[in-house]
Amino acid sequence: MGNYRVLAGPEAFLPPSAACAGVVLPDPGQAHIHGEIFHEDVAMEEAAKRFLSAKVPTIFPGPMVLWNWNPKSAKKATAIKAMYDELKDHNPGALLIPMPDYRPKYPKINPEIEINPNHPNLTVWHNKIDVCMFVGVHCHQANLSLKIIRGGTNCYTIAMCAMAGHEDAMLSFRDATPDKIWKLVEVIKDVRKSL
Amino acid sequence: MGKEKIKINDEFYDIMPPEYQELVEEATYGKESRGWKDVGEAKELIEEHSLCAGCPESIAFRYVLACLPKPEDTVMVGSTGCTSLVFPHVAVHNIHSLFGNQNAIASGLKRTLALRFPEKVKDVVVLAGDGATVDIGLDMTLQSWFRQEKFTTICFDNELYANTGGQESGLMQKGFVGKMAPAGKKFDKVPLPEIARNSGCHYVAVMTVSKPNRVEKAIRNAILVAREIGPTYIQLYTPCILEIGKQMMEGLQEMRDSEGPGKRFEFKEYVSDEAKVFLDEMDAERKRKKKALRAARAK
Repeated sequence: MGNYRVLAGPEAFLPPSAACAGVVLPDPGQAHIHGEIFHEDVAMEEAAKRFLSAKVPTIFPGPMVLWNWNPKSAKKATAIKAMYDELKDHNPGALLIPMPDYRPKYPKINPEIEINPNHPNLTVWHNKIDVCMFVGVHCHQANLSLKIIRGGTNCYTIAMCAMAGHEDAMLSFRDATPDKIWKLVEVIKDVRKSL
Repeated sequence: MGKEKIKINDEFYDIMPPEYQELVEEATYGKESRGWKDVGEAKELIEEHSLCAGCPESIAFRYVLACLPKPEDTVMVGSTGCTSLVFPHVAVHNIHSLFGNQNAIASGLKRTLALRFPEKVKDVVVLAGDGATVDIGLDMTLQSWFRQEKFTTICFDNELYANTGGQESGLMQKGFVGKMAPAGKKFDKVPLPEIARNSGCHYVAVMTVSKPNRVEKAIRNAILVAREIGPTYIQLYTPCILEIGKQMMEGLQEMRDSEGPGKRFEFKEYVSDEAKVFLDEMDAERKRKKKALRAARAK
């Protein structure tokens, strides 16, 4: 592994992918923070701290959780909404902005109400988002978006990935299930109590 | 996929942009009588398009989408060309293939869907321009017909390569001088409808899109015949107004001028014997249903 660390940007107009810079994905039960592998519990606590200390913590739910296409997606949606409610209760500035699909929008998207993977920086800039979490976004689109956000904004990115995780996020979980999302909700509650 | 899967999780309904809420509430997924008359009445499956203002292809696209018998169980296969600028805005599953490869992709897709969902009817519809269908992809187009693949091929025929500046295509009419074909076309238009018929297509139709009723009937016939019997082909004249020097309001008239008796887009339809029997049965069934409905209303 190289010395490269995945940090909040703006890094460059076209930053290299973190994978090219030597960042590797976590194994099951693990997560990465800035490219370094930790136990998943450590990452949960770090994610909670980041969310709770943010000015505009935001969750970006993608098509796989927005659309009710199988029972698991409905369960994840309930958990994500609970997480948002907890964040909103802590900080009224918290946002929940959908990424309904990946179609390019012409003439432009409305950054107040949606995020598009082809220009996610517009939504981040417009809403002054400083910490965000991607969940339910297909991996190839998430990688694209995370890289653009890292390249052009100072937003801290968290990925709640249902597959193997994302090198291009500053903090990435893997194998996301409804239970894992609920666990993060509980960790946020616990950390909040300790603040 | 099915209509029951086109719904938003309750938790996120209120944050979804309105066009998605409308799609779920008002689009004509699952409506048996869907057709071109829904255009402007119900939520369309095309949100916006990035074609030129007044482009006849845009209205052809809207008619095709409005007339698909089961859009929720349809996968469209597109190819490079003006049509590929529209597919990203379409609320029907679609695949962009390599230039000319669309009928090969569709062959594999149709077979795979039949294996994966044996209990469901899944339609595959190829929609590509004349360059992809007749020039670059002619091999794939013909081979899929020879193999009797059960899907519909729709060709938007604008008689040249429009979005690259007006190069000569196989479907360009003889003598036409394009912006990038200054010497003029020296050969006749490739007689693809006749080739389709001789290659095993069971339903073939050639027309412009000036008459939506006719387009609707042809699209439905082609898809239903492909579903049950074998390959079908529709060639629609969608003139490129920019490349033939027309104004944005002149597309419709151009189509009308090209479909008169003896003109190159005079309405032509070929139906194989097998398909004819099938369509007659469908027609009789539809009439029976209509009669029964009328009788029930009268009581």
